[in-house]
Amino acid sequence: MSSRIIISTEINGEPAEFLSDERDSLLEALRDRLGLMGTKEGCNNGNCGACAVLLDGRLVNACLVMAAEVEGSQVTTVEGLAEQDRLIPVQETFLERGALQCGICTPGFLVAAHALLQEHPRPTEEQVRYWLAGNLCRCTGYDKIITAVLDAAERADAPSG
Amino acid sequence: MQDLRYARASSVAEAARLLADGGPTARVLAGGTDVIVQARERTRQITLFVDIKGIPEAVDLRAANGEGLTLGAATPCHQIYGDAAVTSSYPALIDAASLIGGTAIQGRASFGGNLCNSSPAADGVPPLIALGASALIAGPGGERRVPVARFTTGPGQNVLEEGEFVVALEVPAPAPASGARFLRFIPRNEMDIAVVNVASSLRFDGGEVVEACVVVGAAAPTALVVEAAGEALVGSPLSEESIAAAAAAARDAVRPIDDMRGSIRQRRHLAGVLTERTLRDAARRARGEEVVSHP
Ligand SMILES: Cc1cc2nc3c(=O)[nH]c(=O)nc-3n(C[C@H](O)[C@H](O)[C@H](O)COP(=O)(O)OP(=O)(O)OC[C@H]3O[C@@H](n4cnc5c(N)ncnc54)[C@H](O)[C@@H]3O)c2cc1C
Ligand code: FES
Ligand code: FES
Repeated sequence: MSSRIIISTEINGEPAEFLSDERDSLLEALRDRLGLMGTKEGCNNGNCGACAVLLDGRLVNACLVMAAEVEGSQVTTVEGLAEQDRLIPVQETFLERGALQCGICTPGFLVAAHALLQEHPRPTEEQVRYWLAGNLCRCTGYDKIITAVLDAAERADAPSG
Repeated sequence: MQDLRYARASSVAEAARLLADGGPTARVLAGGTDVIVQARERTRQITLFVDIKGIPEAVDLRAANGEGLTLGAATPCHQIYGDAAVTSSYPALIDAASLIGGTAIQGRASFGGNLCNSSPAADGVPPLIALGASALIAGPGGERRVPVARFTTGPGQNVLEEGEFVVALEVPAPAPASGARFLRFIPRNEMDIAVVNVASSLRFDGGEVVEACVVVGAAAPTALVVEAAGEALVGSPLSEESIAAAAAAARDAVRPIDDMRGSIRQRRHLAGVLTERTLRDAARRARGEEVVSHP
């Protein structure tokens, strides 16, 4: 029989300790135990990317991670991307470009795009499309999303001020 | 999710003990990209996950010069293609690591999990076979090594006995003037299961092919080493004729099925096409030319 376990981790830069069921996924723990509803459930089997989060800086699908596995790790969800009230460039360009309609895929795309730009600050369009191939969007037709990510790369590059 | 327990092993011995005590419904948890789905969808009865990512040997990645590569069974793809030594010496592994699932899957998915899940279409398996890799297995009876070519015995089946697990994959150092390439065919560029996949490796000496291995996946119950393709290639320089003969041998050897991903006829055809392409690229790599895995 599975049992209740206490998990100590760091979520969005803050230490977090929470009670979870041994058979919870990280996705279930984030949404149902911690009330962090930004991370979405689409397919629950790794195919859609709506649940994308960073685990120790690496892009993963939260539906394919057990909550128990994140003991001692760092998790970043979409709620942790903005710095205080300041959106990061890719969040701004998503809004400006209208890169969302219903919005269910958006948190996953933002987290995945953020991971991409951390690793490849100036990606080509092809790199962006490959990197985001694991994120599905039923509404936008993708072009606006790709453009928003490319814009964000340029913006982060430009001297500020 | 079915009712199950989670245990994290921190040593090989601890994992072997947990698996042995857990019996047939205890499963290793590596990247979880196959097994968490199986547990959730109840396609497999599981009562215990034994997480092996806390075992140093299982997440190791060491490409010692001249001594080959030790690849921890649970090392995720993303870490593998981020490693400069592996990228330069074992590009055929990168061909596979960079196309298993998408980026988020690659953040977790491992070659050990790919091998032990034992799908006929597993993308990690043909390149491991073409490179002559072995699986280092630990269990209640100690350690043993099994060539990856003999590891999988049928769809979802392999040589592991109760309580055993794969600690690492050992890949011999590439010989001089050798090269390997892995390619797969799917209807889109990412995020699908192979209709057919092929890995080929070649070694040259004085312009002649002296070793050749062609492995076709998703076209038989397990990845298939096409012995006749190797025979058609060895003993002469690589030529249009020998490449065509190897492709014909691959088409003859496969025993594909008809399913929603492809017909028997299409799979047979693809086995030939991918054999030709992988051989040409393997020869380029053997000459030291760069062949990018994919964008
Ligand atoms: C969206 C999606 C896309 C995918 N795309 C591809 C693809 O393109 N190509 C492809 O080949 N696969 C693909 N897969 C399948 C899967 O990602 C791969 O097979 C992956 O390599 C499995 O590795 P893992 O570490 O996640 O294994 P896990 O899920 O942790 O384990 C898989 C199985 O092997 C067992 N196991 C794992 N490690 C060991 C070990 N060291 N010793 C003994 N037993 C072990 C587990 O108990 C389980 O039965 C995809 C999966 C998803 C969800
Ligand atoms: S909900 Fe996790 S990938 Fe779809
Ligand atoms: S905006 Fe609706 S799924 Fe992407």
